[in-house]
Amino acid sequence: MASTSIVEIENMTFKRGERTIYNNVSFQIPRGKVTAIMGPSGIGKTTLLRLIGGQLRPDSGTICFEGQNIPELARSELYKVRHKMSMLFQSGALFTDMTVFDNVAFPIREHTKLPKEIIRTMVLMKLEAVGLRGAKDLMPSELSGGMARRAALARAIALDPELILYDEPFAGQDPISMGVIVRLIQSLNQALGLTSVVVSHDVQEVMSIADYIYVIANQQVIGQGTPEELRQQESPLVQQFLQGQADGPVPFHYPAAEYSSELLEYARS
Amino acid sequence: MTSKRIEILVGAFVSLGIAAMVMLALQVADAGGAGNGETYILKAKFDNIGGLKVRSPVKVGGVVVGRVSSIELDPSDFSPVVSMEINQAYNQFPETSSLSILTAGLLGEQYLGLQPGFIDEDIEILAAGDMIEDTKSALVLEELIGQFLFSLKEDK
Amino acid sequence: MISFFQKVGANSLDNLGSVGRATFMLIGALVSKPTPIKSFPLLMKQIYMVGFLSLIIVVVSGLFIGMVLGLQGYTILVDFGAESSLGPLVALSLLRELGPVVTGLLFAGRAGSALTAEIGLMKATEQLSSLEMMAIDPLKRIIAPRFWAGVISMPLLATIFSAVGIIGGYLVGVKWLGVDDGSFWSIMQAAVDLEDIWNGLIKSIVFALVVTWIALYKGYDSIPTSEGISRATTETVVHSSLAILGFDFVLTAIMFGA
Ligand SMILES: Nc1ncnc2c1ncn2[C@@H]1O[C@H](COP(=O)(O)OP(=O)(O)OP(=O)(O)O)[C@@H](O)[C@H]1O
Ligand SMILES: [Mg+2]
Repeated sequence: MASTSIVEIENMTFKRGERTIYNNVSFQIPRGKVTAIMGPSGIGKTTLLRLIGGQLRPDSGTICFEGQNIPELARSELYKVRHKMSMLFQSGALFTDMTVFDNVAFPIREHTKLPKEIIRTMVLMKLEAVGLRGAKDLMPSELSGGMARRAALARAIALDPELILYDEPFAGQDPISMGVIVRLIQSLNQALGLTSVVVSHDVQEVMSIADYIYVIANQQVIGQGTPEELRQQESPLVQQFLQGQADGPVPFHYPAAEYSSELLEYARS
Repeated sequence: MTSKRIEILVGAFVSLGIAAMVMLALQVADAGGAGNGETYILKAKFDNIGGLKVRSPVKVGGVVVGRVSSIELDPSDFSPVVSMEINQAYNQFPETSSLSILTAGLLGEQYLGLQPGFIDEDIEILAAGDMIEDTKSALVLEELIGQFLFSLKEDK
Repeated sequence: MISFFQKVGANSLDNLGSVGRATFMLIGALVSKPTPIKSFPLLMKQIYMVGFLSLIIVVVSGLFIGMVLGLQGYTILVDFGAESSLGPLVALSLLRELGPVVTGLLFAGRAGSALTAEIGLMKATEQLSSLEMMAIDPLKRIIAPRFWAGVISMPLLATIFSAVGIIGGYLVGVKWLGVDDGSFWSIMQAAVDLEDIWNGLIKSIVFALVVTWIALYKGYDSIPTSEGISRATTETVVHSSLAILGFDFVLTAIMFGA
């Protein structure tokens, strides 16, 4: 297993103040595969990606990327490791003071010394892949939400890093661009052998591209397996999530006092 | 593209700043005039320097030829010694020149007035570090009034 | 009573904490081996944003303040028959005080607030995080060029302010009110030393360091929401203005005091 997984998380606990987001979780992300992370909103999926990227530190446990424990790396080593990964942020996070073209060219210009024409070709190819070649001279403020996310996607894959962390790549996309993005992730994975981690709520899309799926809830990994295995699982938690039922063992609500008692509080007082 | 334009505008901005600096230095502080450049030192001893200060001007016929560079008290006879930096362009003052402390206007700043003396064959030219012997001290208003009252009494 | 002391204690600890964080930010931004080829265009752009774009407001304010000084100074001096001293009055008040201080205040309002808002928004829209994930240090990439741009621009702006102000005083005093042209300049030249210009320059450099540092820190440390950024922007203007006035007193005491 060790050599086939690119990220290994062991006994990791992470707290936001008093709130525990992850309680002693362990799992692996296999190299060269598409791994999906699913789970209810606010459960800590974005947090997980930030933990892998070294932007947050766990309270305990290890997060190893290619054998290096990310939380213990010195700053310069961490930056070296980050050359091998990239992240599509949930908000896109395009640089608002540059055009779409410059945004996509940015990581290439920063980290390589390629000549202008080659950078141009690379950028145009990436933009073409997300259907935004025509929008290359627009500023981020002139893009729609879905377009901005696709531009950010083009930027995330600009350098073809070994590990790409996608935070909700499908959100806000129409069915056509959704299909395009699904195929894009698949082809990056198959043609270049890149490892992808996809955080998403879109059960259908995830089932169609993921090689392996983790379902997170209640500070734990509550279910895992290939899409087929997951469908077969009898765990009520997993089934509830896959079928989108509000009632069940997975709490849909942010932790709170009991509903009726809170409503009745005023009546009582 | 746009970076070219920005470079030009920044260049204009920095040049403007430097131009302002030069204007302040030359036109406002007159750094190019007396005080800077080649100078030599002359000294003079007074009984009383009044309100004379370091950097007070030294004038000949109203033209600034130098500035006071330091004021010290001679420890042997407790009289003030004034050193002046005189512009090297004016290095032909004879040793018979006299120096007096004058006031610009009634309440104005005090300055040194240098009165060049006559030139003769056996009269030497003042060189760096020389002492001007003939000096008139500052007029102190209180003493003036006292003298005036005294002379009034005598007249009667 | 006890809770009052607790509050004071907690507040001063908070303040010490932010001074510490601000120091770390600055050290993180400035301590590195220089990379002139990459950072030069970034610096250019920031000098444009911070310096060039503040030029209009500085020139206009400088002109008006110089003109007001000319007018006010004249009406006072003329009573003593000393209107020929208008030159040193205008020049010295601009060079020693008004140039650096007013430029500093304008700079805090015009450039400082913009820096805070820009960096706060970059934080809120995850642009800073995204740089970090690209293995680019936002302190070096975003904070450092803005800091140097502020430190370079502000003394230039203050110098321009003083120069334009003296011209404004000249226009009002000489061209309008009829002070003698020659005595305006010559008495000014006799009274103004290079040291005055130099001291004003030192003041403006100190103000530049303080304002830019506060502005960058407030943005970098802001709570990444609309409310957090708007508060950070206000704090930048308030804190830098107070800091300018406080430092001005200290510097004046050092430079011109006994
Ligand atoms: N900066 C922060 N400070 C404190 N708590 C935070 C912060 N960011 C996130 N959280 C908390 O951490 C939890 C996990 O957040 P996270 O963004 O990882 O959720 P998520 O699973 O990505 O949700 P979504 O699917 O809605 O994006 C949330 O409940 C949130 O309240
Ligand atoms: Mg999220």
